[in-house]
Amino acid sequence: MSTGAHTEPLVRVEDIHTYYGKSHILHGVSLEVGHGEIVGLLGRNGVGKSTTLKAIMGLVHPTRGEVLLESQSVGHLPAHRVARLGIGYVPEDRRIFRLLTVSENLRTGLDGRGVSEARKKELLDMVFDYFPVLAERRSQAGGTLSGGEQQMLAIARAMMLEPKIILLDEPTEGLMPRMVSQIRHIIHVLRREGVAVLLVEQNVPLTLEASERVYFMEKGQVRHQAVASELHADHEVVHKYLGV
Amino acid sequence: MTPRRTRIYWTAFAVILALLIVAPFGLPEFWRRFLTEILIWGLLAMSSDILIGYTGMVSFGHSAFFGLGMYGAAAALLTSRPPSLWLALLYGLIAAAAVAAFVAYFSTRLRDIYFAITTLIFSQIFYVIIFTWTDVTGGENGLAFSRPALAIPGLFSFPFTTLTLYWFVLAVVTASYLLLRRITRSPFGMVLQSIRENEARTRAIGYPVERYKIVAVMFSGLFAGLAGVLYAVQNRFAAPDFVFFVVSGETVIYNIMGGIGTLVGPIVGAAAFLLLREGLSRLFPYLASVVALPGLAEFPYLIPLGVIFIAMVIFMPQGLLGFARRRLNE
Amino acid sequence: MPTTRSFTSIWEYDLLEQILIQTINGIVVGMILALVASGLTLIFGIMDVVNFAHGELFMLGAYVGVVTLAATGNFWLALIVATLVVAALGAAIHVTTLRPLLGRDPLNTILVTFGVSLVLQNYALWQFGPVARKINEPFVGHFNLFYLEYPWYRLMIALLSAAIIGALWLFLKYSTYGVWIRATTQDRVMAQAMGIPVPRLLTLVFAIGSGMAAASGVLFGPLVGVNHAMGLDWVLKAFIVVVVGGMGNLVGSIAAAIFISLTESYASLWVSPSQAIIVSFVVLILTLLLRPTGLFVPTPK
Repeated sequence: MSTGAHTEPLVRVEDIHTYYGKSHILHGVSLEVGHGEIVGLLGRNGVGKSTTLKAIMGLVHPTRGEVLLESQSVGHLPAHRVARLGIGYVPEDRRIFRLLTVSENLRTGLDGRGVSEARKKELLDMVFDYFPVLAERRSQAGGTLSGGEQQMLAIARAMMLEPKIILLDEPTEGLMPRMVSQIRHIIHVLRREGVAVLLVEQNVPLTLEASERVYFMEKGQVRHQAVASELHADHEVVHKYLGV
Repeated sequence: MTPRRTRIYWTAFAVILALLIVAPFGLPEFWRRFLTEILIWGLLAMSSDILIGYTGMVSFGHSAFFGLGMYGAAAALLTSRPPSLWLALLYGLIAAAAVAAFVAYFSTRLRDIYFAITTLIFSQIFYVIIFTWTDVTGGENGLAFSRPALAIPGLFSFPFTTLTLYWFVLAVVTASYLLLRRITRSPFGMVLQSIRENEARTRAIGYPVERYKIVAVMFSGLFAGLAGVLYAVQNRFAAPDFVFFVVSGETVIYNIMGGIGTLVGPIVGAAAFLLLREGLSRLFPYLASVVALPGLAEFPYLIPLGVIFIAMVIFMPQGLLGFARRRLNE
Repeated sequence: MPTTRSFTSIWEYDLLEQILIQTINGIVVGMILALVASGLTLIFGIMDVVNFAHGELFMLGAYVGVVTLAATGNFWLALIVATLVVAALGAAIHVTTLRPLLGRDPLNTILVTFGVSLVLQNYALWQFGPVARKINEPFVGHFNLFYLEYPWYRLMIALLSAAIIGALWLFLKYSTYGVWIRATTQDRVMAQAMGIPVPRLLTLVFAIGSGMAAASGVLFGPLVGVNHAMGLDWVLKAFIVVVVGGMGNLVGSIAAAIFISLTESYASLWVSPSQAIIVSFVVLILTLLLRPTGLFVPTPK
């Protein structure tokens, strides 16, 4: 559950609409994520889950509606300001900087934020603790890492921003099954660190297990919301929105 | 186009043409020549619109086509006795076509920026060749020659006056416009526009895109060369300055200012630019006589003109015509 | 480039000696060309901007150098001041004319920078007049290279250019901004998502490129006269270098600059310098025919 000290949700999306050229992608999406809360976003391919994350991140600007971070409207800010305000983004296909080393990838989140050298070292140590593989490969170019390692790097990189919330877009896509448990572990770590997560996934069991609440999207809108624990038994809802 | 719009279009065309025909009557000598120049530069701008507006290939090579047309005409006018207008046209067009073929062969495989830069470099190559091959081209000083008469050997020969030359140029430019319009509306023209919209898709459908591009460059080069011939005939000299890439740049400016992809737009752009230039170059000396600011008289008109151009690229990329069109539609 | 000749007939001396001399000349001029081209290719590689005004920034750098030199008498101060002033000008140009074009077709950048080059060139003409100015070398002194008295200054230009390019490389590899720049080049969207202020970074890159052009202008000033049209020759050569070297490829541009300069220098043993430039055209044409992505670029996979 979200920490009781906050009355306002961390992130609130109110009725946003987005377009891609003339295509109307999001038809009024509303959702919220509380401080430190893990929230899942499920739905078939193409319903607009990734676009919703991009809208929160400021990579896509909604033509209508609001995106609020701690009651501050951020919908029209450029993405780099949104990142500095505390939203981390881990996109589909990871998109790490392939020609930069692992260390340099992490640096992009560390540098320029006015963080002390001591704190930088703390953050790096923390990340290398959680992801020993990255420590091993710290001088290697990002493109030489395996899929799973790149996924870890993408998440670690976002963690360098010390974000209040991380937007995770299909982290288990293309990963081997044993890496999936790694992802589950990482999400637990994030929860422990008090970082909220908005998790977009196709992997339903993982999502239900890791999240506290789940939204279901269909055709550019959020259609249903449920507490994750209640859904374990309710296969009907899951089947309706995912056809699983 | 709907029948109604067709009628409106041709009516407007007739009215404008009529106005252009009678325009020089009310004008002093200088302005008659000025009008002729506007038409010539307008033709050049129109020719580059084929590439820029219809095929989506921004080219800085037009100064080469124009210049070679000019020098080709010069060659004919210097070697034929009496100087023959038709030979001038022939030589000029052949020279321009040859250059266009050369440029087309190398550049059409490149896209976008690389194409633009390469055409620029090529026009400079021709500039350097012309500039340094003094024996043939007169180098820096260019070539001077006399104006041919409108003649069919054995039948008649009318030397040109400013007025009759103007009408001749008007006839050529109008014919070119109609011809170009026909081309852009033909299936060939449609393919060009499809290349502009989405080259990959056009290729995927099965069109030999490179060949279409080469033909587009050839057409463009021919009409640009024609403009060069007209210029040579009007001004009686050929100089390397016209092959310098800045001329290409100015041509692109006319296109942007007037509105690309419209054929008429570039002519409007050329007229606007040349009028602005004339106006501004008189403005500053005039202002200097009124306000005693040092250096005001020599203030280069190209500075405000350049700023206007930059502003248009940023704020009005559809050009004057596009802007007017939107206003009219509202 | 014409060298100072203090002899009666070149045919008195060995072809080998002439070739060696031209090699040195080629490398010297090549290094300056490399400096100019690096700025251009940096700007293109990182920002997708074709900077037509690069030659004018070179020219204005030379003029600021002239003015500073006249005021202070110190060449090195002139070099630094010119670099900083033109870098600032570059930043201003970027913010006013190029930032509004972010997200639009890169072709617009050619048009806009062409407009900027017109404005800058004519401004220089108006401000400084058509007569060429001179920058004096910071030190005179020759060493004897065969039959020539070869100025030390020329060697110094080559070394200084190399040093500046080297500094740029170090900057890109190790500094914070350097990492940011490399990240932005690879994935502009993700760079923003990592909090990198991309628009400001691009302005910085443009400023750096402009500064490099200005430095080249000052360094080259003593070799030729400084006048408002000096940028035109250089922008043409620089573009050829950038295309031959592979657009956006820093190492390739340097290699191409030296290669083209050397071939031109050798050619000028037999033809006049203004015709020697045809050599670079030929190199360009061959590159376009055989390896359009760049002569010094490994064939793309």
